[in-house]
Amino acid sequence: MIAVPRDDLLRLSASALADALSVGEVSSVEITQAYLDRIVAVDGAVHAFLHVDTAGALAQAAEVDRRRAVGAAVHALAGVPIAVKDIVATRGMPTTAGSRLLEGWVPPYDATVAARLRTAGLPMLGKTNMDEFAMGSSTEHSAYGPTHNPWDLERIPGGSGGGSAAAVAAFEAPFAIGTDTGGSIRQPGAVTGTVGVKPTYGGVSRYGLVALASSLDQAGPVARTVLDAALLHELIGGHDPLDSTSIAGSPPPVVEAARRADVRGMRIGVVRELGGEGYQPGVRARFDEAVALLVGAGADVVEVSCPHFDYAFAAYYLILPSEASSNLARFDAMRYGLRVWPEHDQAASAEEVMLATREAGFGDEAKRRIILGTYALSSGYYDAYYGSAQKVRTLIARDFARAYEQADVLVSPTAPTTAFRLGDKLDDPIAMYLNDIATIPANLAGVPGLSVPSGLADEDSLPAGFQVLAPAERDDRLYRVGAALEAMLHEQWGGPLLDRAPALEGMSAC
Amino acid sequence: MLTPLPTYEDALARFEPVIGLEVHVELGTASKMFCGCATKFGAEPNTQVCPTCLGLPGSLPVLNGAAVESAIRIGLALGCSIADWCRFARKNYFYPDMPKNFQTSQYDEPIAFDGSVDVAVPSAASGGELVRVGIERAHMEEDTGKSLHVGGATGRIHGASHSLVDYNRAGIPLIEIVTTPVIGAGARAPEVARAYVGQLRELLLALGVSDVRMEQGSLRCDANVSIRPRSSAVLGTRTETKNVNSLRSIERAVRHEIRRQAGVLLAGGTVVQETRHWHEDTGVTTSGRVKSDAEDYRYFPEPDLVPVAPEREWVDRLRGTLPEPPHVRRGRLQQEWGCSENEMRDIVGAGALGLVELTVAAGASPQAARKWWLTELARRAKEEGLGLAELPVTPAQVAGVQALVDVGRVNDTLARQIFDGVLAGEGEPEEVVAARGLEVVSDDAALGDAVDRAITANPDVVDKIRAGKVAAAGALIGAVMKEMRGQADAGRVRELVLARLS
Repeated sequence: MIAVPRDDLLRLSASALADALSVGEVSSVEITQAYLDRIVAVDGAVHAFLHVDTAGALAQAAEVDRRRAVGAAVHALAGVPIAVKDIVATRGMPTTAGSRLLEGWVPPYDATVAARLRTAGLPMLGKTNMDEFAMGSSTEHSAYGPTHNPWDLERIPGGSGGGSAAAVAAFEAPFAIGTDTGGSIRQPGAVTGTVGVKPTYGGVSRYGLVALASSLDQAGPVARTVLDAALLHELIGGHDPLDSTSIAGSPPPVVEAARRADVRGMRIGVVRELGGEGYQPGVRARFDEAVALLVGAGADVVEVSCPHFDYAFAAYYLILPSEASSNLARFDAMRYGLRVWPEHDQAASAEEVMLATREAGFGDEAKRRIILGTYALSSGYYDAYYGSAQKVRTLIARDFARAYEQADVLVSPTAPTTAFRLGDKLDDPIAMYLNDIATIPANLAGVPGLSVPSGLADEDSLPAGFQVLAPAERDDRLYRVGAALEAMLHEQWGGPLLDRAPALEGMSAC
Repeated sequence: MLTPLPTYEDALARFEPVIGLEVHVELGTASKMFCGCATKFGAEPNTQVCPTCLGLPGSLPVLNGAAVESAIRIGLALGCSIADWCRFARKNYFYPDMPKNFQTSQYDEPIAFDGSVDVAVPSAASGGELVRVGIERAHMEEDTGKSLHVGGATGRIHGASHSLVDYNRAGIPLIEIVTTPVIGAGARAPEVARAYVGQLRELLLALGVSDVRMEQGSLRCDANVSIRPRSSAVLGTRTETKNVNSLRSIERAVRHEIRRQAGVLLAGGTVVQETRHWHEDTGVTTSGRVKSDAEDYRYFPEPDLVPVAPEREWVDRLRGTLPEPPHVRRGRLQQEWGCSENEMRDIVGAGALGLVELTVAAGASPQAARKWWLTELARRAKEEGLGLAELPVTPAQVAGVQALVDVGRVNDTLARQIFDGVLAGEGEPEEVVAARGLEVVSDDAALGDAVDRAITANPDVVDKIRAGKVAAAGALIGAVMKEMRGQADAGRVRELVLARLS
């Protein structure tokens, strides 16, 4: 077996690791051990993981190595380790969704996504940090402390899936699973210099994802390259009879599209409403350059208008809290998770225990959204709030439909700014929510979106993201554009953007 | 209650009752509404559960197609329109036996709506009368778990030291059938309520969608009752009485609630909008939860399920599977059999309509079929604690026994012995007759000796007969029958007795 140097192992893409595994250049145990060692070395500073399953990951790795050794047919990604957001139910592995309410809960079942990873033989390194129940854009709302951005440990890694993005950016995992309700895969991708994809709603099973907002939630890949994201997307995607909203048809050919990486003749629509004022100059500059590169590669650029996107934010913050208030009602101390007895009252009623548990177990942001949602669904307010928000949702879907008559894909900056400092926006929920202004419309309409690094902003030398949106079930277009842009940028930079990130070893979180 | 209740007649003299009925039916599907768990009644607690019906984080519902089919058939049988497109909704409220703290139900888009049934309300006058009861809606929902309150005197939550929850019932498919307000039934409102639920029960049985056992909770009825002054056009405040577990209780509970509300109003009080609990033993309702209009379930469309859009062709095909409506069938059979209204009610009440029908179809006369099922077999079923249909005897066997009676090979006494054998698993009636030697003896040689012995042993009876009291022959016939262990042909014995003494 030809030894691949340890550091190179960590730097290889998932697809390169898969190739090395398939020709026997390296074993899954070696790769998995390298990543586990890296986690030990840097996660004290990054805090991307809530749970690391050293023994489990190595056992899975050894099993894949054994199967390969006897010549058994294995999945192309078999043996490539992965990190999984802690919102995905994993049998036998703690699943907290970043909340005290689920501290110590070990699910008796696997989410479909987790089951597919296991079946394909991807060693699960552990579970990644997140804002509580995926409510947030910074991971600062995790009950277990924030994750730090590998580019600058004093800054946020985005959220809610900051843990998955930071783990991938810090070379603690080759790729990871995230979930995206309003941007929780794409915005962390943008601010950590990684690739993140929110598939078409229904493209990846939601079975086993702790629900935030059922009509918006979607699991997807977090990776260091567009091709890696496509490989993972292909593995976890496709119909699941356990999820009624899962799409029955054949999934889009994402891997083929990522390999094709060709935008010649594609019509690229720049969304007027997702840019300009409120967007950091350095973010805009990288975006404009990226568009110019695509034009240079043969794409046609048109400007499109989606006038109702201006109302997306307001509609989102009615629909999400409404559904969340109902989804989070099950955390009542009766069957699983945290149970808090009212002080000095051993004879408390079930209702009193529920009350005390929810009071102690939910963080401020969760409480804020439960209260908002409960209010928005109340009789007398329902039509004005939830009802109106659903109408806006229809109008946004129409805006998309009209825009896709003029363009094959739509593009915008992924997030309006680069990573801000930890604590900066904690006391200003609206400022925090505005991080997702460009990502929210895709969730409301159920269309797919991708974020790919566009470079570093001039003013702070931090990563910015380029967002591509496609019509529902045309996720392949995301990968064509994303991979083409990535290839041109890598050429320009002389390598991946993450090569410029700090080394992290020996550093500690502030 | 401090002031005595007004009599029912006094209450009716002043007020007009308006009733509405909400019936929950547990469907007899093999699996639950939104998961694959079994639905067997009486299983060990919490053994028929999975992540979905326990509401574990991340679990999702998948709609049971068989439940939708049952819902559509029920809707069609109730004369309802079937929605082209409808959704489920979440009904949000907290309760420990509800795993998700919302119930997946239907709200403003029920699968079936705007129907009616003509209910046959029995009356002292012949024939009874038909009352049309409007069906507002029939919708699909899931059942909750079952709380068992331990340590209290009554099994209710008040006074209990702790509670146990069995989630086997959580997620069982339910159909809720809601009537429009029944106005104008007057004094007969309680009987209409009973007759409606009784007829609904028959209908559901005929559809084969539920075992509709009120005592096991697979059919549950909530009775809404309000009263208004006879002069008023405005509906009064209603109460919703729960825990009404038999047809008889429905009638009693409605009657009691009318009197109670009249008492409240006559004493100058106001009726409180609330749920009330029916007590079978004491025959009264007591206050439950106050159900103000402020109670807010925050309904919204269930985002985890896709809309239900039954294709027209499917609905039409299901329409073709509907059984004859119970009241139509009952009327037809009554005519065919020449039964009185009372006889028919007894047959239906005993749950023997289908059994009698099959027995007649197998060749017995309606009178004979009715007689065996409602007397001899009903008695045995009761002794065994079984339903009539559960007895190990088929309608064809009953008809077979009657055929033996009809040709004179056995009499009723022997017929009962044949049933002993059939029920004991000794085979078909003919086999029992052969094995037990139950055939009637009409051979003069065999009977002659017994007749002579009876005449010798009863000189006083003989004197009476000779004196012209022919009716006294019965005593001699009885003596012969006794000696022959019931197997003598009574008619032939009588002829022989009279011939010897003439």
